[in-house]
Amino acid sequence: MRAVITVVGKDMVGILAKVSGLCARYNANVVEVTQSVLQDMFAMVMLADISQLSVDMPEFSDAMTQLGDSLALSIHVMHEDIFNSMHRI
Amino acid sequence: MINVDDILETIKMIEEENLDIRTITMGFSLLDCASDDVERSCRKIYDKITKGAERLVKTGEELEATLGIPIINKRISVTPVAMLLAASGGDPLKYAAALERAALATGVNFIGGYSALVHKGFSAGDRELIESIPEALSSTEHLCSSVNVGSTKSGINMDAVKMVGQVITRAARLTADRNCIGAAKFVAFCNAPEDNPFMAGAFHGTGEPDCVINVGVSGPGVVRAALAKAGDCNISQIADIVKKTAFKITRMGQLVGTRASEMLGVPFGIVDLSLAPTPEIGDSVAYILEEMGLEKCGCHGTTACLALLNDAVKKGGVMASSHVGGLSGAFIPVSEDAGMISAADVGALKIEKLEAMTAVCSVGLDMVVIPGDTSEEIISAILADEAAIGMINSKTTAVRLIPAVGKKAGEVIEFGGLLGYAPIMDVSRYSPAKFINRGGRIPAPIQSLKN
Repeated sequence: MRAVITVVGKDMVGILAKVSGLCARYNANVVEVTQSVLQDMFAMVMLADISQLSVDMPEFSDAMTQLGDSLALSIHVMHEDIFNSMHRI
Repeated sequence: MINVDDILETIKMIEEENLDIRTITMGFSLLDCASDDVERSCRKIYDKITKGAERLVKTGEELEATLGIPIINKRISVTPVAMLLAASGGDPLKYAAALERAALATGVNFIGGYSALVHKGFSAGDRELIESIPEALSSTEHLCSSVNVGSTKSGINMDAVKMVGQVITRAARLTADRNCIGAAKFVAFCNAPEDNPFMAGAFHGTGEPDCVINVGVSGPGVVRAALAKAGDCNISQIADIVKKTAFKITRMGQLVGTRASEMLGVPFGIVDLSLAPTPEIGDSVAYILEEMGLEKCGCHGTTACLALLNDAVKKGGVMASSHVGGLSGAFIPVSEDAGMISAADVGALKIEKLEAMTAVCSVGLDMVVIPGDTSEEIISAILADEAAIGMINSKTTAVRLIPAVGKKAGEVIEFGGLLGYAPIMDVSRYSPAKFINRGGRIPAPIQSLKN
């Protein structure tokens, strides 16, 4: 089971570290990362294996949202199935 | 890895364009609850629903959190209650109270099925149930009710049409202190679908399994945004964009439906691929039509644009789901759609144009507020017109009219929430009373003879 974590917002030092730190704390294994910085805007998409997650997914998702709020970033955690079903036939 | 652009597109749809799953509706057959004693029958209904739907709301919330897609409503639909009343007799309002209690116990937003199917005639329990609808709706909060007065196969039951005019008027009067909300929880159909997940018209048809999960999607905002992004293009290209967008929206409904069905251990029924607007700015079907090139929804050309939209939504959606059903198309409820409200406000959209639009949309005259002094016969005649459009075109049509007690055309009524607000539309004052009071049946049209 894998989750897609997206982070969008103003670029600053340590975003990747903080997000991946939180993944580690909840035992989510980061599989892939794509990121780009356009002007000041930071956008990152992270694919994480959540089959060994130490909490259930809603709690993990809440923790990420809170981290996002504290950094003024928009962070979403969504199951990869939603993207697969929407964009692949 | 999944394409980054695709990921960002999906998130934008949810965050900015109001994409959501409008409803997960759990259907229950109550035929095994029928008893010759009304109290016993009510007890069995309550037990069956509360046991079966115990985890419905929680499952919806879990899915919402896991998939990251909002699921707005969790609802229940049941076998038309008139069938149970036929067996038990007694006070139909006891069923209304039992269903309301079941809705409160399970935490759902609505429960539908206080209904009677009388398209060809009345059987035991039907008249009693229809007469009790106004009281049932005014004494409950979550209960929704519907009556099927006609079908392509059987014609239109004009005695029922007459009764419905009285029901709508009384439902509004009994709830005059609550913005006539009673009338907003009732809908009269021609060709009612048996697997519709949307309220107020959801009920669980007799051909359905014992328990089933149906899903209704939404997403007018997404379609409009896709058209806006495309800019100048011809109508063929517009149809293509609508199809592609509808495909994506419906895929999401299919995913949620199959997941919910697995988690609840209940068979998956259908995805209703309707474009269901909300009063939020940007979540409007009227704005899609305006994006196609109309200055204001309701101007000449509106019916053509709506026909294109309705058809393209179906074509796109049908491949995205294993089973499509319900109403499936574009809804045009006036009070629930910011663009419709605005068009009615400036006088661009009138009830006559809406009636024409119902020939090519998915349902009918929906959430249309009319002056409070409109006669019962005029309301019945509006329903007769709608039912005729449905009967001849082999499509579902419906009427959800709200006579605003004590108010006149041009004034406004405010419902709040998903029901929105609406300016009151004027109707023709010439009387159809003689026609309505004749009674009898409009015979089934020649289209019904397909065998």
